[in-house]
Amino acid sequence: MNVLVILAVVAALIGLRFVKPGMLVWLAAWWVGCYVALRYGFSTPVPVSVIKLYMGIVTLSLTAYALADSERWAQVRDPLTAFMTERRYQAWLVVVALLIPALFAVRIYAQMTSDPQAPSFARTVHPAPPDSITVHDTEYPLGTQDNPYRHLENDDPEAFAGRVVNGRQIYYENCFYCHGDLMAGDGMFIHGLNPIPTSFQDPGTIPMLREAFLFWRIAKGAPGLPEEGGPWQSAMPAWEQFLTEEEMWNVILFLYEFTDSKPRAVEELH
Amino acid sequence: MKRKPPLILVGVLLFLAVIAAVRVAMYVNSKASYTAPIAATGEERTPRDQAIEDAAVAAQEKALERVYEEEEYRAFPRVGSRVAIWVVAQLHLLFAAFVLAVPMFAVIIEFIGYKTGDKRYDALAYEFTKLLSVSFSLTATFGAALTFMLIALYPKFTNYMMHVFSPTFLPYVLLFFFEAGFLYSYYYGWGKFGPKMHLFLGVMLNLVGTAIMFIANAWLTFMTTPSGISEHGALISTWEAVSNYTWMPINIHRIIANIAFGGSIAAAYAAYQFLKARTPEEKAHYDWMGYIGNFVAIVGLLPLPFAGYYLASEIYAFSQTMGLTMMGGAFSWLFIIQAVLIGNLFLFANWYLWLGMGRVQGAERYRSYIKYLLIIITLCFAVWATPRSIISTIEEIQSMGGSSHPALGYMGVMSAKNTAVNILILTTYVSFLLYRRSSKVPTVSWAKLGNAIQFAIFAAAASIVLFLGVYGYFVEATVRIKLSIPQVGSVLLAIILVTIIDVLLLRNAKSTTTEWGTINPVSQYLLIALAVTFTWTMGLMGYVRSGLRLHWHVYGVIRDTSPDAFTPTLGFATQVVSVTVLLFFALIGFVFWLAGLAGKKPTIEEAKTTPEAVVAS
Repeated sequence: MNVLVILAVVAALIGLRFVKPGMLVWLAAWWVGCYVALRYGFSTPVPVSVIKLYMGIVTLSLTAYALADSERWAQVRDPLTAFMTERRYQAWLVVVALLIPALFAVRIYAQMTSDPQAPSFARTVHPAPPDSITVHDTEYPLGTQDNPYRHLENDDPEAFAGRVVNGRQIYYENCFYCHGDLMAGDGMFIHGLNPIPTSFQDPGTIPMLREAFLFWRIAKGAPGLPEEGGPWQSAMPAWEQFLTEEEMWNVILFLYEFTDSKPRAVEELH
Repeated sequence: MKRKPPLILVGVLLFLAVIAAVRVAMYVNSKASYTAPIAATGEERTPRDQAIEDAAVAAQEKALERVYEEEEYRAFPRVGSRVAIWVVAQLHLLFAAFVLAVPMFAVIIEFIGYKTGDKRYDALAYEFTKLLSVSFSLTATFGAALTFMLIALYPKFTNYMMHVFSPTFLPYVLLFFFEAGFLYSYYYGWGKFGPKMHLFLGVMLNLVGTAIMFIANAWLTFMTTPSGISEHGALISTWEAVSNYTWMPINIHRIIANIAFGGSIAAAYAAYQFLKARTPEEKAHYDWMGYIGNFVAIVGLLPLPFAGYYLASEIYAFSQTMGLTMMGGAFSWLFIIQAVLIGNLFLFANWYLWLGMGRVQGAERYRSYIKYLLIIITLCFAVWATPRSIISTIEEIQSMGGSSHPALGYMGVMSAKNTAVNILILTTYVSFLLYRRSSKVPTVSWAKLGNAIQFAIFAAAASIVLFLGVYGYFVEATVRIKLSIPQVGSVLLAIILVTIIDVLLLRNAKSTTTEWGTINPVSQYLLIALAVTFTWTMGLMGYVRSGLRLHWHVYGVIRDTSPDAFTPTLGFATQVVSVTVLLFFALIGFVFWLAGLAGKKPTIEEAKTTPEAVVAS
């Protein structure tokens, strides 16, 4: 967070309370304040699509606030009506009437002369897996498949720890170049990747998924992604060509151990 | 003296006129369809004529030799079979939902009128029921259209469904007959039967209607989560096919959603009548009707997110593939649109209640709370609508380090969303409570204590919801999903406890005047916006539920091999849903208009000029 920006916005809104401006100015101040906080208040900039979504909500809420009370609505409506109908504001009205299309023109000019950008796209982080996959001639039903070594966590902790160590070795031999030392999706190869790998430290990624899902993603990689919801734009190799099933299950155990998270369990059918 | 136009000018004009006439003639000729030149005589046969004749004879001979083959699909002209079925099924469902919902609250309102002896309730229940008659006919019409179109356009699939569900068809038809009987006797028997008999008819209408819906739900849920069949699709048990995995979740979801939807449509009808009302009495009546309709809609809306969540979690449990397609895959973007729509529903509902305070004397003392409620609603709305993986440019993705924002990403997961929706529900209830309180001044001695207890209950419920929401980030996914139960449980318990205290607190309370009909007209547009948003959400989520099967008619059993076996783009899907919503409102507008006519009695002067009066004279 850019604390200074947030504090400045809050200070400006508090300051306005002492000035006691009209309702119209209040609403405009809140709108601008929210925009500034969203646009400049985060150290990692918020994407434009989200800012638009939030500002839509803010606009609707401010409209609701202005219209929810007839007195308040009068405080908004009356100055606007006066501005548009009273003779003393005529010159200003002409200025505003010219300013609106001029602003549109400036915006269009800015858009037309700005550097070209690749179009935005909606990346789906969790593609839908197939019902089953075949890895090294063995069929795995992904809906019911569990990690065959997960039970060792309770049954034989020592053997489990051994598998985690093996998984760690496999991870740092093969995966960390892209997925990073700390699994934050910031490995040394990411400069060549677009989009970059997902951060496993994010609670919205692997803790949401069953281990069989990870097994599918590791084994089949980008070539095994479904067509629905594309384009995937993934550089993930199909690791079944380089690793055994056991190694892949081990690395999955390590992913969860390292991020201190639990996989989504396979639910019992009623 | 008049000057004659120079001859040269006349000549130029005539020349231009000739050119224009030639241009027009050429244009008309170019647009005319091609016609072969007429042969000089019928006897002059060309080789082409002979070839055409031979081809016709060959085609006829081939047609006679053709063997019957069962067709899998037939095409619907222009828009294709999928869109045609989609629109008709959606329209059928919307009218059916309305027809099932209205009797539920009409009977309850009638019962209140019967118990309290207040004739206004009886009149209101009748006014709601007036909307049913034409809607029932439209439901049946669209139902018949859907059936015929399924048989015509998807014969193989329909045949399979008949193989599995044929034992359910006869009870369905019988129940439909019963529903027609109960509905028309309930409507036309108003004031003609005794109150208890009439209420009995209303209850039976509800029971039969619900049973019909349960049967239809079995068919559509079987398509998503089939059961009771062999590995090769042969029927083993009809009952198991009926009671499939998502049958009961969707039964519950639809009953609640129907109430919310029906209430909102009835409120929109009241808004429409309010806006065209001319007398203060009419305005007062329709203001009250709109308020009751909206109240019913909100009562349905509050538990709806949980019923939906229950259904979604059951789909995930049945098939990880479908669960991920829905929440993490291709359809997850529709949930962002849905979140915006549901956020709007909550905001509009609260806004309507705040505007409603304008008609209540003594509501001024609560107006200052509105801004705090609005801030909470706005924040919850924003969390509820925050996408998990964000639509972003390459540069934005690079600066975020992925497709989710390092700070906002936490708001994109279910822990945050469940928390937001629970707080939204609590806040909406607070708005309702303030509205209810605004017209009453408690007289009991323990009023202050009662208020403090109510506040403490709200604070406790909000704290539990927030705590569990944060705790959800630290536990395993299946545990996190189950945390939604204590979250919603604490909210519902708080609502029940606060309501009980409020009823006791306001016993013998001093009432201030509520000036029905004086509400700001903006409120009526909100009621219409609520109805449109409800309908849109239903259409959108209906598409998600149905589209989840991807390239299957019956998931994992009957594969879709038609030309439409692909998931349409989100833009196209939302366009189809929007057009369906527009069609529905055009038709429901027709229903409103007819219902308005039914209530009108001709004046004496008008009666004299009616055809019957003319014939009689």
